[in-house]
Amino acid sequence: MTGGLEVDLAVSGRVTAAFTAEPGSVLAIIGPNGAGKSSLVRALAGLVPAEGHARLDHVDLLQQSARDREVGLVFQGQLLFPHLSALDNVAFGPRARGIPRAEAERSAQEWLGRLGIGELAGRRPRQLSGGQAQRVAIARALATEPRLLLLDEPFTGLDVKVAMALRIELGRHLAAYDGITLLITHHAIDALTIADHVLVLDGGEVAQIGTPHEVSQRPRTDHVARLVGLNVVRDEHTLTAFPPEVVAVSLTEPTGSPRLRWRGPVADVSPHGDAVRVMVQASPDLIADVTPAAAAELGLIPGREVWLSVKETAVRRYATDPDPPGTVAS
Amino acid sequence: MTLRQALSTACALTLLTSLVGCGGDDAEGEEGSLTVLAAASLTDVYEALGQTFEDEQGVEVDFSFGSSTDLAEQAADGAPGDVLSTADETSMQIAEDAGVTGEVVTFATNVLVIVTPPDNPAGIETLDDLADTTWVRCADEVPCGRVALGVLEANAITSEPVSLEEDVRATLDKVISGEAEAGLVYASDAAAAGDDVTRIDIPGAEEQLTSYFAAPLEGTEDAGLTQAWLDLLTSEAGQHVLTDAGFGLP
Amino acid sequence: MRDPLGRPPALLMVPAAGAVLLLVVPLVAMVAATDLPGLPAQLRSEPLREALWLSVLTSTVAVLFCLVLGLPLAWVLARLEFRGRTLLRALVTVPLVLPPVVAGVALRTAFGRTGVIGEPLLELTGFAFPFTTWGVVLAHVFVSLPFVVISIEGAFRSADPDYDAAAATLGASRWTSFRRVTVPLALPGIAAGMILGWARSLGEFGATITFNGNYPGVTQTMPNLIYVTRQSDQDAALALSLVMLVVSVAVLLALRDRWLGTPGART
Repeated sequence: MTGGLEVDLAVSGRVTAAFTAEPGSVLAIIGPNGAGKSSLVRALAGLVPAEGHARLDHVDLLQQSARDREVGLVFQGQLLFPHLSALDNVAFGPRARGIPRAEAERSAQEWLGRLGIGELAGRRPRQLSGGQAQRVAIARALATEPRLLLLDEPFTGLDVKVAMALRIELGRHLAAYDGITLLITHHAIDALTIADHVLVLDGGEVAQIGTPHEVSQRPRTDHVARLVGLNVVRDEHTLTAFPPEVVAVSLTEPTGSPRLRWRGPVADVSPHGDAVRVMVQASPDLIADVTPAAAAELGLIPGREVWLSVKETAVRRYATDPDPPGTVAS
Repeated sequence: MTLRQALSTACALTLLTSLVGCGGDDAEGEEGSLTVLAAASLTDVYEALGQTFEDEQGVEVDFSFGSSTDLAEQAADGAPGDVLSTADETSMQIAEDAGVTGEVVTFATNVLVIVTPPDNPAGIETLDDLADTTWVRCADEVPCGRVALGVLEANAITSEPVSLEEDVRATLDKVISGEAEAGLVYASDAAAAGDDVTRIDIPGAEEQLTSYFAAPLEGTEDAGLTQAWLDLLTSEAGQHVLTDAGFGLP
Repeated sequence: MRDPLGRPPALLMVPAAGAVLLLVVPLVAMVAATDLPGLPAQLRSEPLREALWLSVLTSTVAVLFCLVLGLPLAWVLARLEFRGRTLLRALVTVPLVLPPVVAGVALRTAFGRTGVIGEPLLELTGFAFPFTTWGVVLAHVFVSLPFVVISIEGAFRSADPDYDAAAATLGASRWTSFRRVTVPLALPGIAAGMILGWARSLGEFGATITFNGNYPGVTQTMPNLIYVTRQSDQDAALALSLVMLVVSVAVLLALRDRWLGTPGART
């Protein structure tokens, strides 16, 4: 694959991953805490040692020192140099690579302008809001014109509205960016809207790779199921997925298919849009959305024993291990 | 007050009282001990005399050696001690003016000599040979420095030392360690250093003798014992010890 | 203005007041005992000017050497992992616990005219450290270096090591990262270390007088001058002490404001 990324690496004790990505594409990396997402990205950046290979346009990154790789990393928490202005932060990379100061500063000013914060060039990081700092961090990484851009949770910790705005802008920039982007995120919406493909890490291994649609419709891990708000029940070689809206809640044992019923105590009750979302510890944990009236009628409070059931026609079944992880359908 | 506060207060008080208790013990002394404040240059000879005194009198002798000026000041301030012994008149005067001394006695003299490391690397034979060598003497402000200045002037020596040491022992130390090729110290210091130095007499230095003074202090607990020490200094046995140590007779 | 968190506990305020008294009373007493009208005459004396100038000069030169030698060492101790690092750090702090006179003896054994390094040096070049102003600088560097190294190492350690990682991903070499990121972020710690080192140097006495002796204009620093003057003229010694106190306090006050702010706080 010319110009693409082909990875097969292991970070001892943390993560093992094999996948590919096309030039210009955005790959979202999702998974629970401790799954190894940061380790994977730091290995690609050269900050932690890894075995195996990571070929970017036929050059093995793992054979290069961190500073030689054409990789840009936007850290969780930005890590903007506190003693330098926004402009100097963005100009840092080009200057470190030998570009004369005046030229680097001009280019830095342009980048800040592209991200809509040109007028903040003279400010110190502590004088910037969360969203502004994140933009500077992105500009700083892009200013070195990397061929691989790594973003570690860029929207975490931001105000919801600010995050939305930034998401839209970033989506635009990434569409125009011809390198490859890896985006670690907690938010389903990032995976669903910005990404071309999604890679799911769980327990240090690749659990699933696919398009956002595939992954959200047929999640193979509880984490992703939660993320996209689906119930997933595992049964030997089959996964059964169904959304909370199709789950019926009752106090007496329901009729119908014996396979599709569960019981357990209510663990949590919270509003969810116009409905009430009920979390039941029915081994596995399942979520059901009911109307507020129904919740009141059934007396759904934590601890109450309930039955959950769902119609056969409302579920989706799929095998647990179809294609081996590592291939991304173009 | 909570239990905790009470406990910590009790601990603090216990510590304080035990500290206070410590201070008392030493000064109280057993049955009779003698405290002598003496100039640094008397260190070795006084310790020898102290041994004799302890054997004869059966009491312990405690010495406090230091610069004559320091000791005189301490005595003037009322520091505990039975005898004050200085290497020059000025210091003794400080104590006398403060009214803390009894009758002053002159018990020894000292003469300035040149000392060099044992092998005399600079081949020094007279004061004139000091020129262009690395030599040291006491600072002008201390007794041995004043004597040295007098001797140097009397011999029209203009060469400058590389260092003016704060007391005669420091001067001696520079020579013994080999850092200085020569030094001007007292005959008693040369004697105390024994084989560590080579001594060279200075003709005419007897014109600038240093005298040593001793006096009983008013704060003494046992006047009889104090007088016994002073008597020892002027006795034949005492004078013998002094001359052995390189001192001259008064 | 009431402190919203409540009144400061007496259990803290009383010992704190005690500490202040313990530190301040001797200094105030010293000022009170000085013959102030006679002070101007004292200030004009040649030995005082020479000694004061020598003290300030040697301390400043020494602390600059401490920076040149100490900054790299602090970086090595803070950033590199190697066996024996703990031992090395312990060795570096030894001069801190060594009595100054012992330090002087150690210096003499190594660099004295008959010393392990000093003797060959003397034979080869005709130069020896004792009794020279350079010897004073050497002694000062020996006693002040630990202060500087430890302060700077502390500053390096407290900075987030991920800044170095960020610099690396942006293409900076370790040297560039050191120059443009590590050192600027550690500046307050570096400044504090240098001030401590300078102050220690200024007050250095034991090592200097043992190793270098005492000669006006060459090796007679203020502490030396005060010590020998005290043997003959108490008032003069007191006046000199006062001068030294004033100079030290003035410099420390002047430097503190400018250099000991938090990183990025000065705009």
